[in-house]
Amino acid sequence: MSLWAVLLAVLALGALGFWLGRRRALGFVAQAGSEVGAVHSRPHQHGVFVAILSLLPALAVIAAWAALAGGLVSREVLASLPEGAVGPSDLERSAFLAEVRGLVRGDYAAAFNAHAEAAAAVWKASATRYAMLFGSAALALGALGALWGWSRLTADFRARTRVERFVMLALVLASLVAILTTFGIVASLLFESFRFFQLVSPVEFLFGTQWSPQTAMRADQVGSSGAFGAVPLFWGTVFIGAIIAMLVAIPLGLMTAIYLTQYAAPGVRKVAKPVLEVLAGVPTVVYGFFAALTVAPAVRDFALSIGISNASSESALAAGLVMGVMIIPFVSSMADDALTAVPRSMRDGSLAMGATPSETIRKVLIPAALPGIVGGVLLAVSRAIGETMIVVMAAGLAARLTANPFDSVTTVTAQIVALLTGDQEFDSAKTLSAFALGLVLFLVTLALNVYALAVVKKYREAYD
Amino acid sequence: MAAHEGAAADGAAETTLKMTARDVRVFYGAFEALKGVSIDVTKEDVTAFIGPSGCGKSTFLRCLNRMNDTVAGARVEGRIELDGQDIHDPAMDVVQLRARVGMVFQKPNPFPKSIYENVAYGPRIHGLAAKKADMDVIVEKSLRRAGLWDEVKDRLSDSGTALSGGQQQRLCIARAIAVNPEVILMDEPASALDPIATAKIEELIDDLRGRYAIVIVTHNMQQAARVSQKTAFFHLGSLVEYGDTRQIFTNPRETRTKDYITGRYG
Ligand SMILES: Nc1ncnc2c1ncn2[C@@H]1O[C@H](COP(=O)(O)OP(=O)(O)OP(=O)(O)O)[C@@H](O)[C@H]1O
Ligand SMILES: [Mg+2]
Repeated sequence: MSLWAVLLAVLALGALGFWLGRRRALGFVAQAGSEVGAVHSRPHQHGVFVAILSLLPALAVIAAWAALAGGLVSREVLASLPEGAVGPSDLERSAFLAEVRGLVRGDYAAAFNAHAEAAAAVWKASATRYAMLFGSAALALGALGALWGWSRLTADFRARTRVERFVMLALVLASLVAILTTFGIVASLLFESFRFFQLVSPVEFLFGTQWSPQTAMRADQVGSSGAFGAVPLFWGTVFIGAIIAMLVAIPLGLMTAIYLTQYAAPGVRKVAKPVLEVLAGVPTVVYGFFAALTVAPAVRDFALSIGISNASSESALAAGLVMGVMIIPFVSSMADDALTAVPRSMRDGSLAMGATPSETIRKVLIPAALPGIVGGVLLAVSRAIGETMIVVMAAGLAARLTANPFDSVTTVTAQIVALLTGDQEFDSAKTLSAFALGLVLFLVTLALNVYALAVVKKYREAYD
Repeated sequence: MAAHEGAAADGAAETTLKMTARDVRVFYGAFEALKGVSIDVTKEDVTAFIGPSGCGKSTFLRCLNRMNDTVAGARVEGRIELDGQDIHDPAMDVVQLRARVGMVFQKPNPFPKSIYENVAYGPRIHGLAAKKADMDVIVEKSLRRAGLWDEVKDRLSDSGTALSGGQQQRLCIARAIAVNPEVILMDEPASALDPIATAKIEELIDDLRGRYAIVIVTHNMQQAARVSQKTAFFHLGSLVEYGDTRQIFTNPRETRTKDYITGRYG
């Protein structure tokens, strides 16, 4: 009895339950008449009710089967082995079990371990037994559930209410998945960061200016401790994401929004807005190689041509410029929303005073839309500092405290990538520092988002 | 004062023409909202526009300072003159026109700036005050004329939007008169206000009469009778009757006017 066959059978059982429930309810209708209220719920609702009662327990058993059977079988196999047949370590055990599984599936012609053949037989027997157990349990529960549900149906049985409640429950569970995952991620960030802060003091991490997370391979190596002062990373992140990128994105995004909301003919607007949205949908890795292959060399050549001899091929400027371009649609669409939310009467009032359109924009519309624009810019900053691909490809990995945009700097995200690629010991300070960096990034973007959304919301209310 | 013969005949000795409109038509796309309106606005009087909703009063009012230019799809035909000068003439700059012909809207629309800055907005744009002291004088004079000075003199730096609706509307009137216009257009300036605030606005209009030519759109017959000297009755995009307010309200020539005034339709 394979899992798939049982699953199909259970589904068929559910369908049968639906049909039976519906047929029974049709009988009520035939008896009581079809005006509203004669039979409380519609026939298909009775059917769904029976199907749910049948499917729910059966599917639960199948889920348990899928989750538990592997472990139970392995345990029986290991228990059947004579003393000392496999080594005591987890690694040896799982290698042995993998071999047994291969034999059972017929991947291997002959066994490497002497006990594997016997173990494979045990495996087969045990797997069959559990399949029988879970399979018949699922079918039995499914049938019982259907029967119980079917027996409860009467003309005034409230199947609709129950089905609705079940639908709501299912929706709540679905949304819980995302929420719980978020909580899980935050919890793991917190937990691993805590472990990191046991190795490195938070004060050193947050305020130290030396970043060189090399931990030694052997304990007796020189310089084995590494330095975990993250200020250069924070600076690099701010320099690229909040300064250079915003110097590009704010003016261009704002002017785009002003043009589109105030000057553009409806036809132009209809074309330009979707194009901007496409720009926002370009995968960041594309921006990344644009930054690395086109912009960065151009920036370096420019720097050399104006006499900066030590310009590197990776620079804060290149990454920041491209990130700024990437953020433009974001800023412009937020500013667009803010500007369109300013009531038309405000604009008319200014124009009627004899103000020109550009005076109206500068003196009335932008000040009126300012909170919304500021909120949008903060959201854009929070996106920029969390952006990874562009900085990994174009900013470099040198943790440097510099205000020279032609220098290469590194950011929090780029470092996290660097720390976690390659072979890692999971409990070294080097690896754990990635979690601490992630935590800081998470907290900062969270704070920015919450604050920005509050600003934008308050602003919207002001004009409602 | 019995010799008024409709639109063009208003040449009585004590009044001077400020604005004249001849055969003004307005199209919103293909829809003809105004079907040839001719009217004279006199300098000394308050002129009231009345008529059922959708008859084109606001549309015509917006023609007088070319605010219809800002409405997408609107097209204006016909000739409108301010002191004998065609307002659609290329020589007439729309910025100057709007400085000379001010406007107050139905819903108070103060800018989200301080009371002071609201009033100073126009003078700043048109460069009417060289020094801060000059601006202070203009702001105070305008607020006084709008009857708002005593209520706000101690909080000129508060936001204009924090005032009550009636105060906001008087602030908008102060804002309009701060640039010293010749004509003030008011589109139902009191329709969003309670009776007391309305009475204040009416009083104010009476005070301003003579200094500025005033055109007011209103749905309130009593208001038109109280504040205006001339009344124009619009219906379905046409000017039906125009004359002395007293004559329109006591002895209308057209049955449509009479029916509207006595509330038989509207
Ligand atoms: N922007 C516009 N686009 C299209 N049609 C318009 C526009 N503005 C006004 N109209 C139409 O023109 C006609 C006159 O409108 P207008 O606003 O001048 O009427 P009104 O007399 O001021 O009415 P109310 O007393 O309700 O304010 C109406 O039929 C209206 O639907
Ligand atoms: Mg109107």
